[in-house]
Amino acid sequence: MAHPQLNQYQAVKFARIYAIGAARGDLTVTNDDVAGPIDSSDEWIRQRTGIITRRRASASRSLMDMAVEASQEAIKKAGIDPSEIGAVLFSTITHPHQTPSAAALLADKIGANPAPAYDISAACAGYCYGIAQADALVRSGMAKYVLVVGGEKLSDFIDPTDRTISFLLGDGAGAAIVGPSDEPGISPTVWGSDGSHWDAVGMSASLIDFRDGTANWPTLRQEGQTVFRWAVWEMAKVAKQALEVAGVSADDLSALVTHQANIRIIDELAKQLKLPESVVVARDIVYTGNTSAASIPLAMHSLLESGEVKSGGLALQIGFGAGLAFGAQVVVLP
Amino acid sequence: MALDQNEVLAGLAEIVNEETGIATEKVQLDKSFTDDLDIDSISMMTIVVNAEDKFGVKIPDEEVKNLITVGDAVNFIVNA
Repeated sequence: MAHPQLNQYQAVKFARIYAIGAARGDLTVTNDDVAGPIDSSDEWIRQRTGIITRRRASASRSLMDMAVEASQEAIKKAGIDPSEIGAVLFSTITHPHQTPSAAALLADKIGANPAPAYDISAACAGYCYGIAQADALVRSGMAKYVLVVGGEKLSDFIDPTDRTISFLLGDGAGAAIVGPSDEPGISPTVWGSDGSHWDAVGMSASLIDFRDGTANWPTLRQEGQTVFRWAVWEMAKVAKQALEVAGVSADDLSALVTHQANIRIIDELAKQLKLPESVVVARDIVYTGNTSAASIPLAMHSLLESGEVKSGGLALQIGFGAGLAFGAQVVVLP
Repeated sequence: MALDQNEVLAGLAEIVNEETGIATEKVQLDKSFTDDLDIDSISMMTIVVNAEDKFGVKIPDEEVKNLITVGDAVNFIVNA
């Protein structure tokens, strides 16, 4: 007896980013505002991080509020109907519920219910992980359009007296719509993780420790030197590999959009890549701070809105952070 | 073959100068990277990575915190 033949997804050849949306914290927090508890100064923070202000959200502005705002902008600019969204991917480490996911609520709030929806926990690499998955979902035919959000309200998980990372951090959300394309719009992704450095960036304690009274409310911490070495010299290798698998050279790029971790990581990484002067290096960190999974779409949105880069140009985007996790790809700017 | 202490000091001074602008003659064995030369942790790591390249040695992250003075770094590299 002949076996019945299964249907499978019909693949489409290419995918691209249609549009990007952005939302930031409503408060502008200066270096003077955060310097006191870490016995520091505006000058010290500027020199070591490049940050002049960071944007944080007030108590009444939630992670979900920012994610909805950014998503609605991306959907509107993409010119699609939210009901056409076939998957919602939300990269975040600051959704304050273990379950259910932030993505399911976001999908409902933006009119994408009943799209499949799930969160991605890859910290500062989360947005690039999301774009990688969206590219695969669209090209495989599993979804026509995918909404990828990188969003964080990091200010809920900081310790004002921590000198390792808290003073860098800001709040915001960036969103991208990925869909089918006639031309290649997203290169293969170079991504991975190195759990041998699991402790290099992360939380000061577990929720179990907090429940049992053996630790304070968990907040973010990092081993700055270990992270810096990895973020510059290991990520330079990843960035070069991403260019190679994309089949382009640094000369072909319009922009380098790295995770906005620290201006010195950004500048040193750009130096290692020997970029021509024509390549715009995103430095959104200066006024936004480090927003983890949100930082790449926020930085790209800034470059597009200011006109520093144009639609159709190529951008190398690279995210790296807790895990340690990393992801990089070359994309056509929407 | 072990590296020569004076050569390592001179090479390290060049690396420090390139990263921070500090004059090479100020980079002496008894100087503390943080207290005397005012080098912060990120610049220190850049210096370490450049020293690894220049001298063909490996300086693990956990060793960096033990390199208090220029002399500590020179000795580590010479003996690596």
